[in-house]
Amino acid sequence: MDLIRGAIDYIQENQERFLDALTVHVRLSVYALLLGILIFVPLGILASRWSGGPALVGIVSAARVVPSISVLFLLYPYRREIGQIAPFWDRNFTLALIALTLLAGPPLIINTDAALRGVAPSVLENAEGLGMTGSQVFTRVQFPLALPVITAGVRTAAVEVIASATFAAFIGVGTLGRFITSGLTLYDFSLLLVGAIPVTLLALGAEVSLAGLERLVAHPA
Amino acid sequence: MNKLDGQHNPPVNAIEYDRVSKTYPNGSRSAVSDLSLTVERGKFVVLLGPSGCGKTTLLKMTNRLIEPNSGTIRVDGIDIMSVPAPELRRRIGYVIQQTGLFPHMRVEDNIAVVPKLLGWDKRRTSARIDELLHLVGLPPDAYRRRYPAQLSGGEQQRVGLARALAVNPDTMLMDEPFGALDAITRSKLQLELRRIHQELGQTIVFVTHDIDEAVRLADDIVIMRGGRIVQAGDPLEIVTDPVDEFVSDLVGASDALRRLSLIEARTIATPVHAGELPPLEMRPETIDVRAALGVMLGRGLERIALTGEDGDVTGILELDAVRTVARTHPIEATV
Repeated sequence: MDLIRGAIDYIQENQERFLDALTVHVRLSVYALLLGILIFVPLGILASRWSGGPALVGIVSAARVVPSISVLFLLYPYRREIGQIAPFWDRNFTLALIALTLLAGPPLIINTDAALRGVAPSVLENAEGLGMTGSQVFTRVQFPLALPVITAGVRTAAVEVIASATFAAFIGVGTLGRFITSGLTLYDFSLLLVGAIPVTLLALGAEVSLAGLERLVAHPA
Repeated sequence: MNKLDGQHNPPVNAIEYDRVSKTYPNGSRSAVSDLSLTVERGKFVVLLGPSGCGKTTLLKMTNRLIEPNSGTIRVDGIDIMSVPAPELRRRIGYVIQQTGLFPHMRVEDNIAVVPKLLGWDKRRTSARIDELLHLVGLPPDAYRRRYPAQLSGGEQQRVGLARALAVNPDTMLMDEPFGALDAITRSKLQLELRRIHQELGQTIVFVTHDIDEAVRLADDIVIMRGGRIVQAGDPLEIVTDPVDEFVSDLVGASDALRRLSLIEARTIATPVHAGELPPLEMRPETIDVRAALGVMLGRGLERIALTGEDGDVTGILELDAVRTVARTHPIEATV
């Protein structure tokens, strides 16, 4: 209990510092997730309609074993070049953003592809038989039917991104992870909790709200 | 052909298949070879045959879900290849087994699919949804807002039928629509489909492998085998005069009761002689012989009276006549 007491005291004494870290953490996670959706859901759509799709999805699945933290460090030597992509941001922020976006990729691609392939062929043929054009079949029938499973992919990606944004502190991005790294270095476990508890709550919050969204877009079965 | 005189009269033939062939390179699906068939406007035509005979391929070629390798198909006199496929399909109703409803759409939205594609306004669409739900026997208040998963198989199929009828197409294609239903629901829906057809008078092409269904529904039955037509004709003709053993086995021509069910009692009735007192048991003269036989056996009667529309006795049906007709070709017996 003392540890938690200590953590709360720390937050009260360093409100600005804490809010700063929370903002950076949320901003980094949300950007990574949105960027990931913009890039990887369309890739998943392509994979579902392309004959090479299953092979691509296989490679992506295999790539999931690469830990996010190693992507961060693999990109680190190129931070100067990466920084030039978005000069208005801190270069390490950009680097972390790229790493986290890549991390969001596999669940988004895999779920999008599986969701679209999972729509019964008879339903699609019937849509065509009623006179829908190819794009109408996709936008009015196939995609809406796939949406719950795609949303589940977004949920998985969100939780992974929020948890992994913690590691960005290793390369000097001021996410909530900074309290964890400082806490470990200083042997101050209260400080560690200042980072760990909010990250957990953020991840849980994302999980619960996206699960709610998933139910919202689902059709009664 | 006199009907063609008026400029605005539509062609007599709703669908014409002219030497249509479809082959698949790997033979994975059933082919159709050099098939010609004419479907008259307003007819209920059933394509009947074992699986792999090409009946579904033929049906799906009609709305271009499958495109033929050669030959021409005309719907309402127009070559279907001269119209963009989606446009063609919106004019033709299409019903498949119950999986065809869109599970993420409510009943009303499922029915509104084609009206929406054709750009109907909301009020017209909404009124049409109510009208159609009444037609297929589902009260709109109870059913409009439901999802397909909240309906029984039979109800789903009624909605599928309503959806296909939405823009009142002249032609309907139905691919074993009742195949997945239990026997009671199926025969109920068959009766309703028959009623709707009589009411609206569309041309229907209906695929099935069930002879009883074919006999119950069809004006004409087209029997297919190996991508060709083996025999085409009205149900009585098919059952009483099968061209070969294949058709005979397929339609169970040896089943005397099935044959009797296709004959109206008045065709084998004997006239009432003057001064003779007719039997007390009376039935309408349009009753089929199988049903009449049921009455006789049930009541232990040798003869029953048949009545015309006005209720007068028009003839007597003798048990002996039924026996005779069950043994011989009824065609010869009735001519």
